[in-house]
Amino acid sequence: MRQDSNGALIAHLMRRAGFGARRDELEEHSTKGYEKIVEELLDPEPDGGVDIHDLYRYQPWAWKPGTVYGMGHTPWVYRMLNTNAPLQEKMTVFWHGIFATGVSKVDHYDEITDMVDMFREKGLGKFREIVLGVAKNPAMIYWLDNNENHPDRVNENWGRELLELFTMGVSNYTEDDVRECSRAFTGWSFAPKLPRFPIARFDWEFEFRPNDHDYTDKSFLGHTGNLDGDEIIDIILEQPATAIFIARHLYNFFVADEAQVPAWSVTSPADRAAIEDITTVLYKSDYDLTATLRFVFNSDFFKEALYAKVKSPVDVFIGTLRFVGGSEFPGPGIGNLSRQVGYMGQELLNPPSVEGWHTGAEWVNSGSIMSRTNFFTDMISDTSRPGVEEICNLLQERGSLSPEELVDGCLDMLGPLNVSKETRDELVEHAASGGPVVWGQNGERDIMVERLTEMLQLIVALRDYQFA
Amino acid sequence: MLSKDNSPVLVVLQMTGGNDYLNSVIPYNDPMYYDYRPTVGIAQEDVLPLDDQVGFHPEMASLKNIFDAGDMAVIHGVGYENSPRSHFRSMDIWHTCEPDTLGTEGWLGKVVREIDPSKENVVTAVSMGPSMFRALSLPGVPVACIPDLDNYGLMTNVSSYEQRERILERYKRLYGPAVGTGPVMDFLGQTGIDALAGSDILKLAPQKYHSSVEYADNTISQKLRSVAQIHLAGLGTRVFYLDHGSFDSHSNQVGMHDKLLTSMSRAIQDFFEDLRAHNAADNVIMLVFSEFGRRTYDNGSGTDHGAAGATFVIGDAVTGGQYSEYPSIKPEDLQQGDPVPNIDFRGVYSTIIEDWLGIDPIPIVGGTFEKPAVFN
Repeated sequence: MRQDSNGALIAHLMRRAGFGARRDELEEHSTKGYEKIVEELLDPEPDGGVDIHDLYRYQPWAWKPGTVYGMGHTPWVYRMLNTNAPLQEKMTVFWHGIFATGVSKVDHYDEITDMVDMFREKGLGKFREIVLGVAKNPAMIYWLDNNENHPDRVNENWGRELLELFTMGVSNYTEDDVRECSRAFTGWSFAPKLPRFPIARFDWEFEFRPNDHDYTDKSFLGHTGNLDGDEIIDIILEQPATAIFIARHLYNFFVADEAQVPAWSVTSPADRAAIEDITTVLYKSDYDLTATLRFVFNSDFFKEALYAKVKSPVDVFIGTLRFVGGSEFPGPGIGNLSRQVGYMGQELLNPPSVEGWHTGAEWVNSGSIMSRTNFFTDMISDTSRPGVEEICNLLQERGSLSPEELVDGCLDMLGPLNVSKETRDELVEHAASGGPVVWGQNGERDIMVERLTEMLQLIVALRDYQFA
Repeated sequence: MLSKDNSPVLVVLQMTGGNDYLNSVIPYNDPMYYDYRPTVGIAQEDVLPLDDQVGFHPEMASLKNIFDAGDMAVIHGVGYENSPRSHFRSMDIWHTCEPDTLGTEGWLGKVVREIDPSKENVVTAVSMGPSMFRALSLPGVPVACIPDLDNYGLMTNVSSYEQRERILERYKRLYGPAVGTGPVMDFLGQTGIDALAGSDILKLAPQKYHSSVEYADNTISQKLRSVAQIHLAGLGTRVFYLDHGSFDSHSNQVGMHDKLLTSMSRAIQDFFEDLRAHNAADNVIMLVFSEFGRRTYDNGSGTDHGAAGATFVIGDAVTGGQYSEYPSIKPEDLQQGDPVPNIDFRGVYSTIIEDWLGIDPIPIVGGTFEKPAVFN
């Protein structure tokens, strides 16, 4: 079956709301209808059907890796590879990109993993719960120095980033608001960090310290009173700027690449109407992410945005492994495999700064394009992987293939991917240099499979394939 | 200033994990050292003395030869105030020169931008390893990341030479300007072509290389051999970055640390011998650093995270000797059990940036710091 425009749309939805889909998954989905699939994505079972203990049984080091360098995100990678609730994991990546917290300072994977687990649990719920969860997360408190924020010595790091990077965006509040906001969070700390050696590391816990909290009046965005952190968050959520800010993040992550976040105060959205609509849904639903994403995925601006985003390293890595299959088992090598996503420029649990990763074209440089291209081509030419074997079998079922049919068949299987006429002409010329594909027995089949995987390699190396 | 062909080259060797300063450059004449270190202390008679107070670890004999030849500066007590004793944080500080805020721009990224502002050479900076070190990271600055020079390039898994050539020939056409349809596509096209150009250039390096120096069969030696190959190929690479480790010797330090020092010292000696044999050593220096030193007293098996460390600068152009002061290890002078740094690492960087590479260091390291005069 070739993919019709409905199939292409479902494939688009699965790339954005998940990590793409294999051909058999797409065929199963196409019988359900687009809206039904959206509803399934929005209503995941907890933990997406993954029992993380399966990983720990085979790879005990992956449980609380603490400070072991480069190992911290393996459990998350394992979940993303195996989940049946891809949107749940995608939202977890989304929130991690906004509330960017890294081992570069926290020095402990386990604490950040706790935050990621919170995103998995609450990521499709109410934004208020997520912000509150972050405000009380020890990794974030340490990352942005709120444990150093005292009534007599205010540390503004958390207070400022809460407003600038997590909720409202720069230029929507004053320096006085930053200070007053910070004061309201004094005393939001965590249970004391014990010396690591020789006792080893203990988990941190949120701790409110009444003696270290500033109970005097604060004036924040027009409200005055003995405000505490909860009330500050309520006031922040009342601000239209907050809804606009989150709407732009959702658009940039799920719909189409936008300017980088620091430029938002001076750059208008490419699609103002879409941002206004998302903002309205967010605001009216009391920042309910399920309601908002339902609106986004069913809107025309989403359905028209095919291949309008450069794939992130997580898209590349997880999407490819789920597509070709064969890496689901928590076997040896999963730790090294997981590091690939960092080599491509997105080291999970270690973003470059509190600003998170720059996205879109900034994912790509001469080093990362080589990492991702080599990864794509390695995987897609490995005929021992079930997804690759399936493509070979499906194309063989079509019988002898002209060069055009070979190219179109491969483009269809890998997307369906639309390419420019010039690109298709190049691919056809390449295919034609080997003559038509005629499936024979044994030896001849091997040669045809090699030609087929060569075409697949060329296509995944295309610029066009860098887009999701 | 050196001529263009002989432009100064910097090799940075990062001792990842926190190298134990007190057991690398040992205060062997201080009885307190032995009181602090009943388990990991190095016996006085085994130390390779630099003077009557301090000496190298016995496994650093190769470096001792270099020191004796006057080609190695040992800079004592390097670090910065308030060591966080976190690998990640401390490495970030060394990489970005931002001890107070979280920096994103690498100091060497800025150096490379000064050296090659119009990006004429995609291999001006080479990082030996699969991922880039943050020290080299700066938007718009190309860095070639090489996990394995012998197999470096696009689609090197394609086993047949003919097939790979065929694919890459087509790749070049597909990434060419004729097929571009917009700024992002054009950008991707240029980046892909840069990557291919970089690998085309670099793959020549091992082919051109002949040497009588036999490097050891371990990672650090092989990485430095690759650096030598690229340098000797005359590709215009000015900054190399590589790491060695892990030096995080909390337990079983004896043996583990010995092995790391042996392989590193031998690799450095072989590297410079190789360059000298090719008459290509005079424009190369090497900076060897670690993110922090380790605790003064041992924990019965190893040593925990500390503060001040030793930094080495090696090369024919270096004025050998000891710089700065060995920090006091008297109990009353320690902070949280560690010797306190007495020279800021940004001063060491400043010396290299200004006096070796000929670039203004102030905007790169973010200020003016005391410079150890290792090039006088």
